[in-house]
Amino acid sequence: MTTAVQVKKLTMVQAVTDAMRTMLEEDESVLVLGEDVGKNGGVFRATEGLFEQFGEERVIDTPLAESGIIGTSIGLAVNGFRPITEMQFLGFIYPAFNQLMTHATRMRQRSMGRYTVPMVIRAPYGAGVKAPEIHSDSVEALFTQIPGLKVVIPSNAYDAKGLLIASIEDPDPVLFLEPMRSYRSSRTEVPEERYSIELGKASYVKKGNDVTVLTWGAMVPDTVKAVEQFEKNQKTTCDVIDLRTLYPLDKETIQESVEKTGRVVIVHEAPATGGVNAEIISVINDTAFFFLKAPIQKVTGFDTPVPVYSLEKEYLPSSEKIIHAINTALSY
Amino acid sequence: MLEKFPLTQYISEDGELVNPEVKEMLTLDVLKLFYEKMLRARMMDKKCVNLQRQGRIGTYVPYEGQEAAQVGSALAVEDGDWMFPTYRDHAATMTFGHSLRNLLLYWVGRIEGGIPPEGKNIFPPAVPIASQLLHATGVAWAEKKKNTDRVSLVYFGDGATSEGDFHEGLNFASVFKTPVVFFNQNNGYAISVPMEKQMNSKTIAQKGLAYEIPSIRIDGNDIVAVYMETKMAVDRARNGEGPTLIEAVTWRYGAHTTADDPSKYRNQSESDHRRSTTDPLLRLKKYMKNEEIWDEEWLMTTEKNITNEINTALEEMKDYPEANIDDVFDNVFEKPTWTLEEQREQHRLIKRGQMS
Ligand SMILES: Cc1ncc(C[n+]2csc(CCOP(=O)(O)OP(=O)(O)O)c2C)c(N)n1
Repeated sequence: MTTAVQVKKLTMVQAVTDAMRTMLEEDESVLVLGEDVGKNGGVFRATEGLFEQFGEERVIDTPLAESGIIGTSIGLAVNGFRPITEMQFLGFIYPAFNQLMTHATRMRQRSMGRYTVPMVIRAPYGAGVKAPEIHSDSVEALFTQIPGLKVVIPSNAYDAKGLLIASIEDPDPVLFLEPMRSYRSSRTEVPEERYSIELGKASYVKKGNDVTVLTWGAMVPDTVKAVEQFEKNQKTTCDVIDLRTLYPLDKETIQESVEKTGRVVIVHEAPATGGVNAEIISVINDTAFFFLKAPIQKVTGFDTPVPVYSLEKEYLPSSEKIIHAINTALSY
Repeated sequence: MLEKFPLTQYISEDGELVNPEVKEMLTLDVLKLFYEKMLRARMMDKKCVNLQRQGRIGTYVPYEGQEAAQVGSALAVEDGDWMFPTYRDHAATMTFGHSLRNLLLYWVGRIEGGIPPEGKNIFPPAVPIASQLLHATGVAWAEKKKNTDRVSLVYFGDGATSEGDFHEGLNFASVFKTPVVFFNQNNGYAISVPMEKQMNSKTIAQKGLAYEIPSIRIDGNDIVAVYMETKMAVDRARNGEGPTLIEAVTWRYGAHTTADDPSKYRNQSESDHRRSTTDPLLRLKKYMKNEEIWDEEWLMTTEKNITNEINTALEEMKDYPEANIDDVFDNVFEKPTWTLEEQREQHRLIKRGQMS
């Protein structure tokens, strides 16, 4: 006999809330901290209803101080709690970079496992929502180079719940980046029950034969759209892979797809130089070099600050650019 | 502000009891304990400076002159409480129970050096200035949430009060009323920058005013004042009355680190002068002499015991098993990622000459 799984159609931000609610219910040590996360339910409503349900001792409005939020959460985490901290926007994590870089991610090693920091830092990020300066920064690569930190980015509601639960369960610090543009742009079926998605595992968004397209976050639906448009008039087809975790990368899935297609396009909205694209290319170099039939193509943002909203569309990788890159990979 | 935050003293520089109320508490055993712990700290510090000069340990951060501040405050907390030191607070951690062997290991660049004995809650020394104030506040906050009576004691220098984390730490502690004692050692300098250039405020204690945190300024070279006032702050924290800021005014005789030359920015004759006037050990000795309870023989035995203890620790440090690269890979995450495993394996093979 199979029991029917209850599912709801949720937006990604609702799934994020659902994951936190699930974990707050399950584990007394889970806390939510951040600016405006309590009564107000978060500026994106990601913590809506949690304050009412769990009270101010579990869902905590903190002073407006990012270093303070992450620094005190390190203490809470070392001393038995599992803080989920919200950075109001990723672009405002910079004042807390020190705590992240010098303590959260090093405490385990510095104390040889005596003190550990099981905390999650959630942060909305990315362009395309007409936000003011700094709010749209896509700086995930700054964090993939911090030893001791996992970096996770969901692209849809189902993944968001499963990945966030896995991040909260993780015994080490996890940076959980939420693409703002995807918060409410679609709904996915999300089981009401608790489930988790293993960190470090990519997923095939669609399968194909001739080109591997690797991406994450808000670029996933954009990339799928571009690929579908491209495939309409062609016999050639693409694998589209959502990496989901940027550290550690899913080497096997990348290798498997590249061995099959021999052609690769990487799409991300972050600046090109020193971006995660470079690390992916390095993984392919190590695992599937002899299968390559063309130089790896990349479609990225510019090496400029993310422009304010009159120009942000030009900054973001467009369908045209993605299709151009696929064609270049194919015609080499 | 100086009038608002007068320097609290219990024993004057001449060794006279300023606050007779504590007379009863100052039994011979207590006085000997105070002196012995300060002497132990001083001898260990001197040993480390010498070891550095001989090239047997790396760059070292001395604290000579600050023994009363560190030892007196450390004696005010108990097992189960938490201590958050900086790179300079070894007198505090060794008094609280950190092993001398691990202290030495720390300065020969061993990870093990930052690890306290089982059952002792001491964070590894914080190198980024002021960052540890937030950890102390967070840990104390957790204790409060767990309904215990444990407290955090956190050390920091005068320079640290310029950092944002100092203010964020005080603010969080104040808002959430966490059981934390902020213990400042105002030794007059942040490397080369004197207090007058660090801040326009006359005292550090007054900074607590902004956060409605009870704040006091004490003579940091008077171990009785340090112990009594820290104990009161610790008790207040234990009783759920929230944080306290203590400014202990003191002086570090030597360099900021063994890599630093203090004669470039300050007149060293001041240090020489202070050795014969405000020194924390001298002060207690004077008091004990005035009370006619000073015992030269006891001192000699104590010195001998400490020397033995330090020499044993030095032997243990020398005989300690070699550093293991696995400790680096094993403690980044609970389970190493594939990147770490690959890097470890490749490193191993190359070292063994097994790479083709
Ligand atoms: C964030 C940060 N900036 C700079 C330094 C380099 N630094 C090490 S000690 C020091 C001065 C600290 O002075 P103070 O807080 O008064 O403590 P003291 O060393 O006098 O005990 C500086 C600037 C550092 N360790 N961390």
